[in-house]
Amino acid sequence: MTIKEIQNEIIDEFSMFDDWMQRYEYIIDLGKNLPLIKEEFKTDNNLIKGCQSKVWLQGEQNGETIVFTADSDAILTKGIIAILIRAFSNQKAIDILNADTDFIDEIGLKEHLSPTRANGLVSMIKNIKMYALAFDAQKKN
Amino acid sequence: MLDIQKIRADFPILSQKVNGKPLVYFDNGATSQKPQVVIDAIAKYYQEINANIHRGVHTLSQLATDAYEVSRAKAQNHINAKFLHEVLFTSGTTFGINLVANGFASILKPGDEVLVSALEHHSNIVPWQMLCEKTGATLKVIPMNEKGELIISEYDKLLSPKTKIVTVNHISNALGTINPIKYMIDKAHEVGAAILIDGAQAVPHLKPDVQALDCDFYVFSGHKMCGPTGTGILYGKEAWLNKFPPYQGGGEMIKEVTFEKTTYADLPHKFEAGTPNIAGGIVLGTAIDYMNEIGFENIQKQELELLDYATKRLLEIDGLKIYGTSNLKTSVISFNIEGIHPYDIGTIIDKLGIAVRTGHHCAQPIMNFFNIPGTIRASFSFYNTKEEIDRMVDAVKKAQIMLS
Repeated sequence: MTIKEIQNEIIDEFSMFDDWMQRYEYIIDLGKNLPLIKEEFKTDNNLIKGCQSKVWLQGEQNGETIVFTADSDAILTKGIIAILIRAFSNQKAIDILNADTDFIDEIGLKEHLSPTRANGLVSMIKNIKMYALAFDAQKKN
Repeated sequence: MLDIQKIRADFPILSQKVNGKPLVYFDNGATSQKPQVVIDAIAKYYQEINANIHRGVHTLSQLATDAYEVSRAKAQNHINAKFLHEVLFTSGTTFGINLVANGFASILKPGDEVLVSALEHHSNIVPWQMLCEKTGATLKVIPMNEKGELIISEYDKLLSPKTKIVTVNHISNALGTINPIKYMIDKAHEVGAAILIDGAQAVPHLKPDVQALDCDFYVFSGHKMCGPTGTGILYGKEAWLNKFPPYQGGGEMIKEVTFEKTTYADLPHKFEAGTPNIAGGIVLGTAIDYMNEIGFENIQKQELELLDYATKRLLEIDGLKIYGTSNLKTSVISFNIEGIHPYDIGTIIDKLGIAVRTGHHCAQPIMNFFNIPGTIRASFSFYNTKEEIDRMVDAVKKAQIMLS
């Protein structure tokens, strides 16, 4: 599936919820199924700044695509990063770079999460794009 | 007894709904809400007497200057400072601490020691670290125990003739511990050291008497005591303030300026360069009046009742641990629930209309001491109620179920 198709699928899933509680319970469930980063990659280098909780993110090249794994000490943050990984993992660097992130607004995450968290979310996306940029540049060399 | 419902009616924000739920505001340690008199006084200043102060001969400038200076006198009276010129307007506690730390830059020598406590807010750590980097002085830390109290026997041992300044908060922002500052002030003076008291978390709950305390500096913010943001007071003993060089150059702080040499204004203007926060300064006086009308005895009685009730109710929750368990505490409860990140709890209970602070509370060394990423901090004010505490406890229980 393309990034856009996955994003639309996520929007569809979130549109089924009537209230914030169901939405948050779903995010918590997603967090529990996050593809976990290997312990050895939980380094300061992989730590994302701008979150009240700790978030580690690792991107690895797998042929043409990038595979992301992550972890956090807060379950809601794990849920958010799980949503991002679902949208952007196993995709080509160039597609990740070109993808927009409007779906985050559409599933109500930006509007429903606190400003500190929103900043964390922005940093997570930035880090995902940075990995894509690095792998894309590598390929061109 | 305080008529809480009547007092709550003074604060328009308290009747608001947040996320569709009636607001429960328990983030008073970060900033207090403002009563209508304070809000009105800001508008009144701009509507009726807005003009620059200490400059113009015109009537509005005189009126604004008078109001500003009346407010300074209210602050002087409030903290019982000996002289009016020992009371400086600042933008807040952080500015006050930085001004004092800067004053010591020309006094400290390599080998001198600065004592800070383990309970400090970052703004009472970092300026002193910067001072030590600049002067070659050494920063030493007064340690704390598991209850979140300073270990005073260690303080006694750390004090020596090398100690030039001690800096400690009156009340800890992260844990609510009330420190034995009178003892600490006297001990610092015994070795000839100056001492600064960070009163940011104290002034919402009590009325400090700087002459009885005999501290060299006492700093606080207006916004935590029902006043406007961007306001604060630095009290400093005359002798120290005269010894310090000016902090910022500009208008207002000069006597005479030529390109060859500038002479500085007398206290307090030497430290008040530029056009200050005039509206804020004037309205800080309104806030001080408001707090005194409620009465600090009444405030303390109400807040202690809330603290006891909330402590009892929160401890009903399985796996809940309170950080900061000194017998001498203000109405602050820092807690965590086993196995759940404070951030997750804070986010969920926000959806239920409960405003608390989560995180390290700008006191990372305290979090490191307890080996935790942060806490949930509920801080109560005299306008809070037991019903609100019940709502918070219910919300935390709900969050615990969702997050387990």
